[in-house]
Amino acid sequence: MDIDVMKKVPVSEQDPQVRATNFDEVNLGYTKDEAVLEASRCLTCKNARCVQGCPVSIDIPSFISRVKEGDVEGAYNVISLSSSLPAVCGRVCPQETQCEAQCVRGIKGEAVSIGRLERFVADTAKEMGIKPQLPADMVKKGKKVAIIGAGPSGLTCAGDLAKMGYDVTIFEALHKAGGVLVYGIPEFRLPKDKVVAKEVENIKALGVEIVTDCVIGRSLTIDDLFEQEGFSAVFIGSGAGLPRFMNIPGEQALGVFSANEYLTRSNLMGAFSPDSRTPIMRAKKAVIVGGGNVAMDAARTAKRLGSEVHVVYRRSEEELPARKEEVHHAKEEGIIFDLLTNPVEILTDENGWVKGCKCIRMELGEPDASGRRSPVPVEGSEFTIDCDAVIMSLGTSPNPLIKKTTSGLEVNKRGGIIVNEAEMTSRDGVFAGGDAVTGAATVILAMGAGKSAAKGIDEYLSK
Amino acid sequence: MFEIVKKRMLGPKVFLMDVVAPLVAAKAMPGQFLIVRADKDGERIPLTVCDFDRKKGIITIVYQTVGAETERMSRMEEGQCFADVVGPLGNPSDLCDLPIEELKKKKILFIAGGVGTAPVYNQLKWLHDNGVEVDCIQGARTKDLLIFEDEMRAVTKNLYFATDDGSYGIHGNVCVALQQLWDEGIRYDHCVVIGPVIMMKFACELTKKLGIHTIISMNTIMVDGTGMCGACRLLVGGEVKFACVDGPEFDGHLVDFDQALQRSRLYKTQEGELMLRLTEGDTHSGGCGMCS
Ligand SMILES: Cc1cc2nc3c(=O)[nH]c(=O)nc-3n(C[C@H](O)[C@H](O)[C@H](O)COP(=O)(O)OP(=O)(O)OC[C@H]3O[C@@H](n4cnc5c(N)ncnc54)[C@H](O)[C@@H]3O)c2cc1C
Ligand SMILES: Cc1cc2nc3c(=O)[nH]c(=O)nc-3n(C[C@H](O)[C@H](O)[C@H](O)COP(=O)(O)OP(=O)(O)OC[C@H]3O[C@@H](n4cnc5c(N)ncnc54)[C@H](O)[C@@H]3O)c2cc1C
Ligand code: SF4
Ligand code: SF4
Ligand code: FES
Repeated sequence: MDIDVMKKVPVSEQDPQVRATNFDEVNLGYTKDEAVLEASRCLTCKNARCVQGCPVSIDIPSFISRVKEGDVEGAYNVISLSSSLPAVCGRVCPQETQCEAQCVRGIKGEAVSIGRLERFVADTAKEMGIKPQLPADMVKKGKKVAIIGAGPSGLTCAGDLAKMGYDVTIFEALHKAGGVLVYGIPEFRLPKDKVVAKEVENIKALGVEIVTDCVIGRSLTIDDLFEQEGFSAVFIGSGAGLPRFMNIPGEQALGVFSANEYLTRSNLMGAFSPDSRTPIMRAKKAVIVGGGNVAMDAARTAKRLGSEVHVVYRRSEEELPARKEEVHHAKEEGIIFDLLTNPVEILTDENGWVKGCKCIRMELGEPDASGRRSPVPVEGSEFTIDCDAVIMSLGTSPNPLIKKTTSGLEVNKRGGIIVNEAEMTSRDGVFAGGDAVTGAATVILAMGAGKSAAKGIDEYLSK
Repeated sequence: MFEIVKKRMLGPKVFLMDVVAPLVAAKAMPGQFLIVRADKDGERIPLTVCDFDRKKGIITIVYQTVGAETERMSRMEEGQCFADVVGPLGNPSDLCDLPIEELKKKKILFIAGGVGTAPVYNQLKWLHDNGVEVDCIQGARTKDLLIFEDEMRAVTKNLYFATDDGSYGIHGNVCVALQQLWDEGIRYDHCVVIGPVIMMKFACELTKKLGIHTIISMNTIMVDGTGMCGACRLLVGGEVKFACVDGPEFDGHLVDFDQALQRSRLYKTQEGELMLRLTEGDTHSGGCGMCS
C-alpha cells in the first residue's frame, strides 16, 4: 500500500446512504495492515506533545511503537496503565481538539490518527481475549469504597481503586451500567453489546461489584453508606442531570422531546428496533434545536428512524460545539443545517400535536466578554419550518437529588458539586467528579476526574 | 430477586402484588413510587408504593392493566420474579414532614379515584398509625370497581363512597360527593386527591371554589424516573417541573391539567398496536387501520 505520510490512512466507513437507514456502526475501524501503516507515521517524539493533549496522559508514542511492531498486547498494556475504557475513548474522544491537536505531524500535514489506533488496539485485544489485570503485587487494603453512578467517571474510579486493592461497589440508578455510554450515545457510534458491555465486564473482572436499580439519595443515602454499609469513602459520579428547555410557547406540545428522552428511549430501551416494547416517535420531519454532540446524536437517530431532519442552531457553523467528525457524518447522511436560526415558538394543531417550528434568523454581534460573538435576532425575519417533532438539545442543569439528601455537600451557583485538588467535596471522605462537578463535558474528562479521585481517595484512606 | 410472593385480583383489570424488594421497603414513605420492569426487555413502569413491610423487605403494588406492559405484568404469577424494581422514587408526601400535633389539628379529606385508592391507602395508613384521624371519599364508576373497602375502613374515620351509577354510596362522582358533604356543613382545610388526571382536574376546580388547600399526585409518562430524561415534565404555576424529582405531589391549584391530559396521550396509538399484538397474538388479522 502506498501512503502519503502527510495524510492519515483513511478508515473504511459504511456508505452514507446505507448507514442512514441502519443503526450499525458507521466507522468500521482499521485493519491490522492499516493500523501498522498509520502507526509508522508516528515519529515517536521524545517529549511527545500529544501526551500533554490527553487528559489521562496515555503514553502515546510508546503504545504506537508497539502497534508498529505488531505487538497489540504490549500496546494494550501501555494504554491500560492510564485508561480503563480505550475502546470507548478511541471512538468518542474529541481527538481533534485533544491528543491529535498537539501532534507534531499536524503542523505540516494531518496528525497521527491516535484515536483510531487506540480503538484498533482495544478492539483487537478484546478479540484476542486480553483483559486488564490486577497488579501481581497488589495487597488487599481491607477497606470499602462506594461509587455512585456507573458512567465513565464512576467506572474509571472503581477500576483504579480495585487495582489498588480496595473493595469497590458501584451503585447505579438505572437497570444497566454505563451512564451516557448506554443511554445517550447511539449504537451507530458506540456499540452497546460489543463495546460498552465488554468494558463494563472488564471492570467487574477486577473485582468491582455493580449494584443496579439503586438510587443514592433514595434507596440509600450517603450517610447510610458510611454508617450502615461500612464504606470508608464515597465517590459521586452521578452525571449532568435534567434537560433544559427554552421556555417558549408550545413547548409542552405533543411531539416536543428533550434529546435525553429521545435518545434514552432509542438507546437504553432499544426503541429503535421494531421489536422493542418501548414506544418512540418516528417523525416525518423533525427539528433538532442545538449544535452539540447530543444534538448530532439526536439528529442522526431521527434520520435513521425515517425522518427528514433539520438542525436549528443560533450561531454559525464555526461555532458548532459538536465534534467536526460528527457534523461531517451528519451532513453526509443528509441532515439539513439551518444555522444562525433560533426557534421562537412551537406551533400546534387542534389536537395539541406539533405542526411547525417558528424561527427567527440571527446574526453575530460584537464579541462579548468571553470573546465569542453572540447571536442577535434579525428583526422581522421570522419564518416557519413545518415539522411534526421538535427535539430540544440545550444542555442540562444538575440533578438536585444527591445535594438535597446529603447534608454539608456544597455546590456552586450552577449546581455543580464543589471539589478541591484531590477531588474531595466539602464533606469529609466524599469525593466527586465528571459531569456532576463540571456540568456536561466529555467522556475522557470524566475519566480523568475519576482517576484523580481514585488517587485522592487512596491518599485519604492511607492517612 | 424481586420475587412476586402474592398476587390477588382485586377487581376487573386490577391486580395486587407483594414483591420482595428490600431496598425499597426499607426506605419507602407514603407518596413515593417505584419503577418496575417485568422482564429484561420490559418498559420501565412507574407505580405507587401502596404498602410496605420493612421487616420482611416486601412492598405492595396495586395496578390496573391499561396497556401492553401492565397487561404483561398481570400475567406473571407468584414465584416469578420481576427483572427490576427500583425506588423509592419521588418525594414523600408533604404530610409526613409536618409535626403530628399539627396534623391532628387539621381537617383532612382524601379523595381517591379508581386505582388511586392504592396510593391513598398508604397515606391513610401512615396517618392512622400516627393517631391522625381523616376522612376519605372513594369513587368509582360502579360498585364492582371499588377496591380495598375493608382496608380503607380500618384506617379512616369516615369513609364515603361515590359511584357514577349509584350502585353504592352517593350517586355521582367524587365532586358530587364532596359538594354534598360541604352542603351538609362538613368542613375541611386540607385535601389530597389521587386518581385519573381528569378526576383530579375537576376535584381541584371544586376545592379551589371551596377554598380547600389541595395536593394531587401526578402520574405523568416517565422513562428513567431519576431526573435525567425530562419525559415527566408538566407546568406548575407556569413553570416547568419534573414529576419524578420535584413531585409526584404538587399543589393541585397550580397544575396545568389540560396540558397534562394532552401529554398523557402521547404514545396512545403505538401502545394500542402493541396491546393488540399481545392480546390477539397471531389471531390478529389487521384491518383495524392502526397496524403498520
Ligand atoms: C448524547 C450524548 C452524546 C455525547 N457524545 C460525546 C462524545 O462524542 N464524546 C465525548 O467525549 N463526550 C460525549 N458526551 C458527554 C459524555 O458522555 C459525558 O461527559 C460523560 O458521560 C460524563 O460521565 P459521568 O461519569 O460524569 O456521568 P454519566 O455518564 O452521566 O453517568 C452518570 C451515571 O450515574 C447514574 N446516577 C445518577 N444519579 C444517581 C444516583 N442518585 N444514584 C445512583 N446512580 C446515579 C446515572 O444513571 C448514570 O448512569 C455525550 C453526552 C451525551 C448525552
Ligand atoms: C408516579 C406514578 C405513580 C403511578 N402509580 C400507579 C399505581 O399505583 N397504579 C396504577 O395502576 N398506575 C399507576 N401509575 C400509572 C402507570 O404507570 C401506567 O398505567 C402504566 O405506565 C401504563 O403502562 P402500559 O404500558 O401498560 O400502558 P400504556 O398506556 O400502553 O403505556 C403507554 C406509554 O405511556 C406511559 N404511560 C401511559 N399512561 C401512563 C400514566 N398514567 N402514567 C405514567 N405513564 C403512563 C407508559 O409508560 C408507556 O410508556 C402511576 C404513574 C406514575 C407516574
Ligand atoms: S484517551 Fe482520548 S485524548 Fe487520550 S489518547 Fe485516547 S483519544 Fe486521545
Ligand atoms: S506528537 Fe504525533 S508524532 Fe509525536 S509521538 Fe505523538 S503521535 Fe507520534
Ligand atoms: S422520568 Fe425522566 S426526568 Fe422524570
